Amino acid sequence: MKYINLALRWLFFAVIIKPIVKIVIGLRYQNTPILPKDGPAILIANHNSHLDTMVLISLLPLNILHKVKPVAAADYFLKNKFLAWFALNIIGILPIERQGKDKSVNPIEQCAKALDSGKILIFFPEGSRGEPEKMTDLKYGVVKLAERCPNVPLYPIYMHGLGKTLPKGDALFVPFFCDVVFSEPMTYEANSEGFYENVKTRFATLQDSVKLPKWD
Amino acid sequence: MLFDFESMRAVTQVFVFLLAGLSLATVIGWVLSLTNKQKDYTELKQRINSWWIMIGIFGLALVMGPLVTVLLFAMLSFIALKEYFSMTPTRLVDRKVLFWAYLTIPLQYYWIATGWYGMFIIFIPVYAFLFIPFRMVLAGETKNYLRAVGNIHWGLMLTVFTLSHLAYLVMLPSEGEYQSLTMSGDGAALLLYLVMLTQLNDVAQYVWGKILGTTPIAPTISPNKTREGLIGGVITTGVLAMILAGLLTPMIWWQGLLVGLGIGIAGFIGDVSLSAIKRDIGIKDSGQLIPGHGGILDRLDSLTFTAPLFFHVMRYFYF
Repeated sequence: MKYINLALRWLFFAVIIKPIVKIVIGLRYQNTPILPKDGPAILIANHNSHLDTMVLISLLPLNILHKVKPVAAADYFLKNKFLAWFALNIIGILPIERQGKDKSVNPIEQCAKALDSGKILIFFPEGSRGEPEKMTDLKYGVVKLAERCPNVPLYPIYMHGLGKTLPKGDALFVPFFCDVVFSEPMTYEANSEGFYENVKTRFATLQDSVKLPKWD
Repeated sequence: MLFDFESMRAVTQVFVFLLAGLSLATVIGWVLSLTNKQKDYTELKQRINSWWIMIGIFGLALVMGPLVTVLLFAMLSFIALKEYFSMTPTRLVDRKVLFWAYLTIPLQYYWIATGWYGMFIIFIPVYAFLFIPFRMVLAGETKNYLRAVGNIHWGLMLTVFTLSHLAYLVMLPSEGEYQSLTMSGDGAALLLYLVMLTQLNDVAQYVWGKILGTTPIAPTISPNKTREGLIGGVITTGVLAMILAGLLTPMIWWQGLLVGLGIGIAGFIGDVSLSAIKRDIGIKDSGQLIPGHGGILDRLDSLTFTAPLFFHVMRYFYF
């Protein structure tokens, strides 16, 4: 069963998601892509749309697809059986409990365990999806995770346009070009002083480098 | 074989000539970058490489027949409209309206593939242009309403209506008979004539501007465009149009000359009209899809004016 699911996951991204991202959305790199070649690594990105995860996964080559794990809220993605199967096996999420629910499992430890086994995590430091093209304040989860795994490189990525293509709470897909900007990887070890501010500055710089119209 | 090289002899000959010209440009690019190491010729080389790909795709579509050509232009319209909506300001409340705007593309090209001229010619300027403001009124947001209507209308005009005339060219009947979807006819020659002259006109205006250009013609919109470049380009295009008229079109030499001069002027207007949009928004290129050229609109801008004008001149006088 495990291999069937892996094959389905591969097919889903190779046959459906990659072509959609390439042709219907049309990804535009604003600079040379800076991406991990192998795990452990963490991609951190702004979050406006369900498409964010799809685009980030499709940025990575298919031969490391089995290592890619988007960190996602268990209560949202595991709420019914089909969605749970799809989220766990096809998207390959690492389900975590949001704060205050179940104290026995520590979400940061869950992530750290996955990183120890060489996984590439996709982490949205803003928490849940925000309004299109606007970044909300980062939560402290990213700092805690980086602190726990100080050698693992974090790759900040900023995406523009997906919040217009498929915003939160809307099911209608309207194509817009999606622009992606990459930043040099950072580790907690090298940036421990004011790490939170450092991450924030990185995103602010990335956001400024994309000069495209936002929604009115 | 979809493409009858025997009856399409003129198209094949002109195409071979075009490829020879591009080969020459490629060699010149190599020689320049080898002899003059101080200057960076990356952009020139990128431009030429992109020309190979664009001419390759265009040639392949012509060989595969009208249906493939129509599908190619439908795809180009889609990318161009997406580029337009991605660079211009749009309202969040208009998401559904934009969706309808995209839906006009398959419909418009369906009318073309079925040869339904009456629908093709009124669908965008009547039905789409009336439906879009109606759908916007339903959304109920009046802030920036007029700007949003104007924005979407001009986007459909530029990227769907005008460009679809290129596709309808290949559907023009050959010798009074209806055009088949699988076999290229006289329309393919007209399409090649128009696209080639419009693109060469761009290059000629650029080159003449580089050599002789001193007097800016539209300094507030496009500071690099000069009167000398425009005149040199228009004359070059006119002469080429005159030479090729007998081969590719039903026109005789002086008619070809007049049409060529018209293509030169209309191409210039199309170019600066897109420049005005980009300047208004504050960007340099409409995108980065074609290395060395910019976005797809940067390449198609001149055709947005030459295509409908050329089409209707041809249709009025010859079909």
